Amino acid sequence: MASTAHPMAVCVAVIAKENYPLFIITIPTENELKFYYTVHTSLDVVEEKISSIGKNTTEARELYLGLLYPTEDYKVYGYVTNTKVKFVLVLESTNTTLRDNDIRTMFKKLHNAYVDMLCNPFYTPGENITSRNFENIVTAMMQQD
Amino acid sequence: MADEVLFDFLHMELVSYIHHSCVKEDNVKDTSIAKLESTGFRVGQSLIERFTKDSARFKDELDTMKFICKEFWNAIYKKQVDNLRTNHQGVYVLQDNKFKFLTQISNGKQFMESAPKYLAFPCGLLRGALSNLGVNCIVTAEVSAMPACKFQIQIQRS
Repeated sequence: MASTAHPMAVCVAVIAKENYPLFIITIPTENELKFYYTVHTSLDVVEEKISSIGKNTTEARELYLGLLYPTEDYKVYGYVTNTKVKFVLVLESTNTTLRDNDIRTMFKKLHNAYVDMLCNPFYTPGENITSRNFENIVTAMMQQD
Repeated sequence: MADEVLFDFLHMELVSYIHHSCVKEDNVKDTSIAKLESTGFRVGQSLIERFTKDSARFKDELDTMKFICKEFWNAIYKKQVDNLRTNHQGVYVLQDNKFKFLTQISNGKQFMESAPKYLAFPCGLLRGALSNLGVNCIVTAEVSAMPACKFQIQIQRS
């Protein structure tokens, strides 16, 4: 293992059903804007994937969408809940330790945290997520190894 | 078994609390029903997120409705909807022959006028759940004989 701690994921984003960001967190904070672009471009791929699901009945209608697209430096994964809230996860391409199943588990964890956060009566649906609890779960998930 | 009755009590208390808090308003009935409906809406939004967490993606609108009639109803009222009807043009009618919140009220004309306030929260619940699933609709309830109740869902297409 390298001495520098590699994060599991470099960026996690929660996108509302109307496609505006509810929550974005990036690990190298200096390049935040780049990740906003990456997440934003991934939404088209997400849209394409969910619209194709309805037509193809044989396909497993899973919430996890798998790898959306790879770039030179990153791999982008997607997950859409039944309420059309999108989760996007950006990983470094050099990160080869994570399998598809690990990613699925991370998304499940993220979804659970989101549901718990939504059940807070003081949160108004559609607002930016400011819950500290949610943020802690996400950052812990991004850094664990 | 006792845990099921807690929800009944909580709902009764919610109705009476909201009703009493609106007594000073001009139109007690309408304001309290509107308040109950919007409370239900918010609760429905959160609940559906939790209930659909592990279910597969819905194929279409009818698939969503079936989920509401089976899983959603079962989770809240411990029974399934008895009858689901649709005209395939955006109107769905859900019939429950023994609606949980009406079982404690005696049958007969006497209490018919107090039925709406016990159905406002469930209507909101239904509307909130459907709206979060991307189905915008109007939900109305109709009672003809006491424990039976019909919920009519009218899909709003824009």
